[in-house]
Amino acid sequence: MAYKILPTLYSFALLIALSVISGTAVAAGSTADHSTFEGLKRSFESGPDVTRACLECHTEAARQIHKTTHWTWEYENPKTGQLLGKKNVVNNFCLSTSSNIAACSTCHIGYGWKDDTFDFTSEQNVDCLVCHDTTGTYTKDPKNKAPDLTKVALNVGPTSRATCGECHFKGGGGEAVKHGDLDPSLDNPDIFVDVHMDKDGLDFVCSTCHSTDQHAVAGSRYTPKASDNHGIDVPGKSDGARTTCQSCHGDVPHVKNAKLNDHTDKLACQTCHIPEYSRGDYASKEWWDWSTAGQLKADNTPLSKVDANNHEIYNSKKGDFRWENNVIPEYVWFNGTVRYTLLGDKIDPTNVVPINSFEGSADDPEARIWPVKVMRGKQPYDRANMTLAVPHTVGKDGFWQTFEWKPSLARGMAAAGAKFSGEYDFVETTMMWPITHMVAPREQALGCDSCHARNGRMEAVAGVYIPGRDSLPLLDTLGFGLLGLTFAGTLFHGVMRFIFRNRG
Amino acid sequence: MADLKPIYVFKRFERFWHWSQAALIMFMALTGFEVHGTYMLFGFEQASSLHTTAAWALIGLWLFAIFWHLTTGEWKQYIPTTENMMGVMRYYSIGIFTGAPHPFKPTQLNKHNPMQRVAYLLFKVVMAPMIWISGLLYLYYNAWADWGLGELDLSVIALIHTAAAFMLLIFLVGHVYLTTTGHTLFSQIKAMITGWDEVEEDPQ
Repeated sequence: MAYKILPTLYSFALLIALSVISGTAVAAGSTADHSTFEGLKRSFESGPDVTRACLECHTEAARQIHKTTHWTWEYENPKTGQLLGKKNVVNNFCLSTSSNIAACSTCHIGYGWKDDTFDFTSEQNVDCLVCHDTTGTYTKDPKNKAPDLTKVALNVGPTSRATCGECHFKGGGGEAVKHGDLDPSLDNPDIFVDVHMDKDGLDFVCSTCHSTDQHAVAGSRYTPKASDNHGIDVPGKSDGARTTCQSCHGDVPHVKNAKLNDHTDKLACQTCHIPEYSRGDYASKEWWDWSTAGQLKADNTPLSKVDANNHEIYNSKKGDFRWENNVIPEYVWFNGTVRYTLLGDKIDPTNVVPINSFEGSADDPEARIWPVKVMRGKQPYDRANMTLAVPHTVGKDGFWQTFEWKPSLARGMAAAGAKFSGEYDFVETTMMWPITHMVAPREQALGCDSCHARNGRMEAVAGVYIPGRDSLPLLDTLGFGLLGLTFAGTLFHGVMRFIFRNRG
Repeated sequence: MADLKPIYVFKRFERFWHWSQAALIMFMALTGFEVHGTYMLFGFEQASSLHTTAAWALIGLWLFAIFWHLTTGEWKQYIPTTENMMGVMRYYSIGIFTGAPHPFKPTQLNKHNPMQRVAYLLFKVVMAPMIWISGLLYLYYNAWADWGLGELDLSVIALIHTAAAFMLLIFLVGHVYLTTTGHTLFSQIKAMITGWDEVEEDPQ
């Protein structure tokens, strides 16, 4: 029998070998198969060791990376002059990176950013693999199994939904927490979650739209393009970025119902075409109340509560949470300028403090009505200095171990170089996130009456007359009143005619 | 009561124009006030689309009607006059209850009484232009800047359009009621359908 089975086994082995080869084959369109590179067929002692190998051929790559916000985590907004970037902003999720950078930098595209001594000019500290891994095994988190760097290096390729998502789907400290329109559903989405990324359809990756040039990725939340009047982008006539809908679809994209094109001067495409966010398998965090953090079990250990959907609704380290699926966004005028409340800026704690505000109004030709996720929560502030306050959270002396606000805030503020009076309380804050991903198939776009109605989605949007929503109540009263009077008058006249019908 | 003599007052095109205009105006009021947000019936998208289609149909009809009025000289039927105005007003406020005869006798060349002349003239030179000029501007909202009308405000145009719509509705109520004041309740409507009215024969 053996002689009959052998050829079968042989071809089976060949099949496996072939599939392994094809599995490691180059990405479509690439001119290089890294799995054949002799320089990578060796063991690597560390991530920087791999980077050095990459830089032997990709000589400019690290210096290109050094110029990007992905590397610096710092961005100066030319419109407002504010110094932003993860290094500088405060948010209402994990609050601030400053003293906690050792933990936050698991999502930095470098090696070894633990404190202020990190060398931002080091080329070997650029982490090529976190973006270019295709095996799905690469990780820098010490809690995970150490990756086989040789295998990862031999299989490098273009960025993918998974590599970008490794950080961007987990912003805010966990899967789906932060954005609402970015979560692990987009690793392998179907057409209903994202019409462009549909794995069985167009299968877009992030960089299809977030086009890159010399490692600089187009598209930014610090200075988003709120409107794009240039129509379809043509090489030589534009910056080449494909981050707006218009850069592919133009600004009069509706063919069947041309009236819809009359809306593109006021509405972002996203407003109708992303009817809800968190439309995949994940709920997004909508509320984070730090003021309740620190409650412990009887044995002084931290506790965690989950709801019926297995969403964590309380965590001793972080406070109370609320999560939601399929959320209807809020709508605001937005011209692309975002102003942040930075550490040191005076706040008014008697009101809800906007961590960021979107600028723009109906009169601003650059502004469009945008869908936004509004993250709400409560976070610490300095009661004497009237500024936001950021705690030191990670590490032995951080809040997540000590559960004591005052020393954690003192440490956090000192590390951030901010004044702290020692008096703190909690203030409600909001933070807006533009909704632009998870574009629905056209059949699921909003219909007219979602907005052209009283109490519709545009209820809070001011400065524009929306038929179906707006009217001059005085005119309606007057009009219907006169109509009623006329009717009553004719009725009276008719009754009189009936009463006097036998005269004459 | 004097004998009634039939006369042919409303010609075929005129009747066609009148009834299709009546149907279109009522349909546009129905869809228009839905667009205005007064109630939900077809849904905004359908309502606005039907309203627009009906508007174009009505504009087409008006073009024919204007042509007809000019070429037949029928436009002269709407020249206002004060002659007998007081008499007609007195009839509708008093005489109609006392059984007095109607002071106006329609003829083919003078088929509208003085109140009708003024009312229809108002309809034609005030309400109709007001609603269709504001309506076309409403429809071409996005072209305003190209037309040099960038300073216009949609809320103002919508206001004018709605005000005109109310005027038309009020006109409609009065108009329909007054049709019942003929020799019988429906004789006027019958005349508008068949073209033949009946007038009291003067005792010669």
